[in-house]
Amino acid sequence: MSLDPNKVSDTSRVQLFSEEADHHDSISLRSLGFWLYMMSDAMIFAGLFAAHGVYLEAYGTSSITAGQVIEPVAALLPTLVLFASVFVFGLASVALARGDKAGTVRWMVVSLAIGVFFLLDETSEFAKLAAEGATPQASAFLSDFWTIVWVHAAHVFFGIIWMAALTVQIARDGLTEATVGRFINLRIFWFFQAVIWVCVYVFVYLMGVS
Amino acid sequence: MFMDVQGPSNALFGRLPMILDLHYDNPWIMVALSMVVIGGIGVVGLLTYFKKWGWLWNDWLTTVDHKKIGIMYIIVGLVLLFRGFFEAAMIRTHQAMAVGPDSPGFLGAVHGYLTPFHISEIFTVHGTIMILLAVTPILVGFMNLIVPIQIGARDMAYPFLNAVGLWLTTVAAALCMVSLFVGSFSHAGWVGLTPLTQLDYSPGVGVDYWIWIIQIAAIGSTVGAVNLIATILKMRAPGMTMMRMPIFSWTTLATNIIGLTSFPLLTVALFLLTLDRYIGTHFFTADGGGNFMMYTNLFWLWGHPEVYFVVLPAFGFLSEIIPTFSEKALFNHTSMIVATMGIAGVSWLVWLHHFFIMGAGPQVNTFFSIATMLVGIPTGVKVFNWAFTMYKGRIRLEAPMLWALAAVLMLIGGGMTGMMLAVPAINYVSHNSVFVVAHFHNMFLIIAFAIFGAVTFWWPKAFGFYLDDRLGRIFFWLFWAGSVFVFVPMYALGFLGMTRRLDYIAHPTWWPLLAMEVVGIALYVASVAAFLLQMYVSIRDRKQNAVRTSDAWETSRSLEWLTPCPPPFYNFAATPVVHSNDEWAWRREHGMTTLRAEKYNDVHMPKNSMVPVVLAVFTMALGFAGVWRIEWLFVASIIGITGTLIFRMFQKDIDYNIPAAEVEAMENRTLEQMDTQAQENVHQTGEIADGPVRDGQAQQA
Repeated sequence: MSLDPNKVSDTSRVQLFSEEADHHDSISLRSLGFWLYMMSDAMIFAGLFAAHGVYLEAYGTSSITAGQVIEPVAALLPTLVLFASVFVFGLASVALARGDKAGTVRWMVVSLAIGVFFLLDETSEFAKLAAEGATPQASAFLSDFWTIVWVHAAHVFFGIIWMAALTVQIARDGLTEATVGRFINLRIFWFFQAVIWVCVYVFVYLMGVS
Repeated sequence: MFMDVQGPSNALFGRLPMILDLHYDNPWIMVALSMVVIGGIGVVGLLTYFKKWGWLWNDWLTTVDHKKIGIMYIIVGLVLLFRGFFEAAMIRTHQAMAVGPDSPGFLGAVHGYLTPFHISEIFTVHGTIMILLAVTPILVGFMNLIVPIQIGARDMAYPFLNAVGLWLTTVAAALCMVSLFVGSFSHAGWVGLTPLTQLDYSPGVGVDYWIWIIQIAAIGSTVGAVNLIATILKMRAPGMTMMRMPIFSWTTLATNIIGLTSFPLLTVALFLLTLDRYIGTHFFTADGGGNFMMYTNLFWLWGHPEVYFVVLPAFGFLSEIIPTFSEKALFNHTSMIVATMGIAGVSWLVWLHHFFIMGAGPQVNTFFSIATMLVGIPTGVKVFNWAFTMYKGRIRLEAPMLWALAAVLMLIGGGMTGMMLAVPAINYVSHNSVFVVAHFHNMFLIIAFAIFGAVTFWWPKAFGFYLDDRLGRIFFWLFWAGSVFVFVPMYALGFLGMTRRLDYIAHPTWWPLLAMEVVGIALYVASVAAFLLQMYVSIRDRKQNAVRTSDAWETSRSLEWLTPCPPPFYNFAATPVVHSNDEWAWRREHGMTTLRAEKYNDVHMPKNSMVPVVLAVFTMALGFAGVWRIEWLFVASIIGITGTLIFRMFQKDIDYNIPAAEVEAMENRTLEQMDTQAQENVHQTGEIADGPVRDGQAQQA
């Protein structure tokens, strides 16, 4: 409604207050907020990747180089595992779209289990590195390598806790406005971890050996 | 895995046994401690005596009402502002005493009365507090208090998250107060330059306090930014398009976009520094391939946007106050919006001007020099817009207007010196001199003046009575005189070559200027006394100074003046429909000043929650455990925070409905307390100098 303030001749026809009850779509409002949060999280990774550019060859006095610790072929396994988890989570949202509560819960459990496997795999890879002396304390390059991978892993870890809690809640409460809103936010979060991992794989693993 | 630390430490208490070795014979610390203890006992005693604990808990601590949260933010900020001012007074008086080799020393200092380590702590905590724990909470408080009403919303988009943001900020402030007595604060400057902040050179807990305080405050700011952006994008009243939104809401949006994108970089910088200090990585160390300019870059990548994070809301205050007391619409609303977003955009391209002397080379320095000067264009647009707003307006020099005009003058002075510093050739000479200090204090004074203007301007809206005018004016003039006396000599000292952060002044010829600064500090002290007296007198005389209508200044313009003073907890019983840039002014000019809606609907409101307070307790434990390296408590706090969040996730009974009839009854009670006659006739008291009312019929309606 646009009125030229100079041309109002009959103010009794101006509607001053809305007569409708205010209605906000709580799910879309919450997803907007979550997208905004993801933007700030993306900036955290942007900062870390900027640091990575600086520390690419910052070995200090250490004799361990990127080529010795970074194995893109071996890292293909966690990549595929994380993608599988995200794919299965996609299946859960297909089930959710059908209103299939049991299917949603089932696929979420599978996605969660694959996520746990991703973390276990990463732990064993990095335990091997530590055993070879490639600890984060050895050089700035290794500090950076460990930090990027483990900040991502910490995201995955808290994503898993969230997914476990939400699975329980959906199993108990069913597909309500609250649980569906959380499911959609978790989906954004979970897919985002895959996107970040693509960046890690490209900038850290592939570029690390080139 | 963890770094070995100096001094005693054990598994149960971390490094806490260290405090037994600290020197508690320092009289300054004991004076400050006794002030806090006496103040604390006083507050607790009063609450118990008047049986107000339930009121405090139910009405304030567990609230999710954006207005109360805003007020609490402002109170936290003002308390810390007071502490930061105290430290400024100590620095100024110490420097004036420690001039020349013959100057006497007291309390263990060779010259003056503060030891070099102690004055380093003081200027560090002064900077940290003033920027992150005083100015930021006060501004965020105003955003909380005003923006939802100004855009016609019932509450913030996420009221619960809003309370969480407040409590994280409060925890950071509380941790800062704890650092005064338990352990020590960082001595490395508020910027925390590496490698000075590394464990080798700062083995105490000071830097750790600084890190955890800033990290917690930064998370609070990020949470708040998400909330405010979503509120502005999603919760506006019908008819309020983006381009009709008042400038303060626009500056809030711009500020929070900056905050949302820049605070994570501070988090990264400090997180990497934390790793260096706690597990011995090599990000910013001098050895192992570390690069400490990386820290400086990351810090200022946040630091410079942060400058605009705090100055833009201040510009928003000015854009609300100046039109009200010029009795005229803001000149060129659209260009003000473009200028605001322009400043926000350029804020990302100028961080390197904080360290031109890094030696990045002429091309890089030229780029950042030009980018810095570009900031002057949108800022200039703003200054001219305010000037043109006043041009041919009917200017009333009420107290908020005085503060706003002084802020514009400060902006001109600070802006000019900023342009000088943007030239690398000048910057190489003046880097780290008190000229720079005078410049950025000049800029922060814009914010301080705008804040006190905003306090005076919106006080009647928030509490329903005016602040005492005479004392307010005395406060203003003392504050203004103090600012001139402190910072004009400081500019001169900068030209004379005085570097910043000195604990001893080797040139006796500088003494007269330093003494002038102390005169300024004395004026500031008097202004603080006037402010406290103003608060006391205003609250005492609140009955006589009650606001009769929704429009406390009779010429105000935006939507927040369309609710009673103070607004009911649901803000608007019926959502207003917006027809103009300045909706309230438009309605007043057309004689449509009624607050009574034709029809009321059910109102849906969130319930109070104690979860944010519980989160605050765990976060406090987390920060404390982080500082003192108490590993079990650290892990326990993280588990506690996660558990609390999951508990909240499973809470179902989190909101309630007020039936339409009850809303109407409440609204009638509120309106009865107001002067209905005055409300209907408010347009006759506040006529507009250049107003658009030309239609006789409109006024009679």
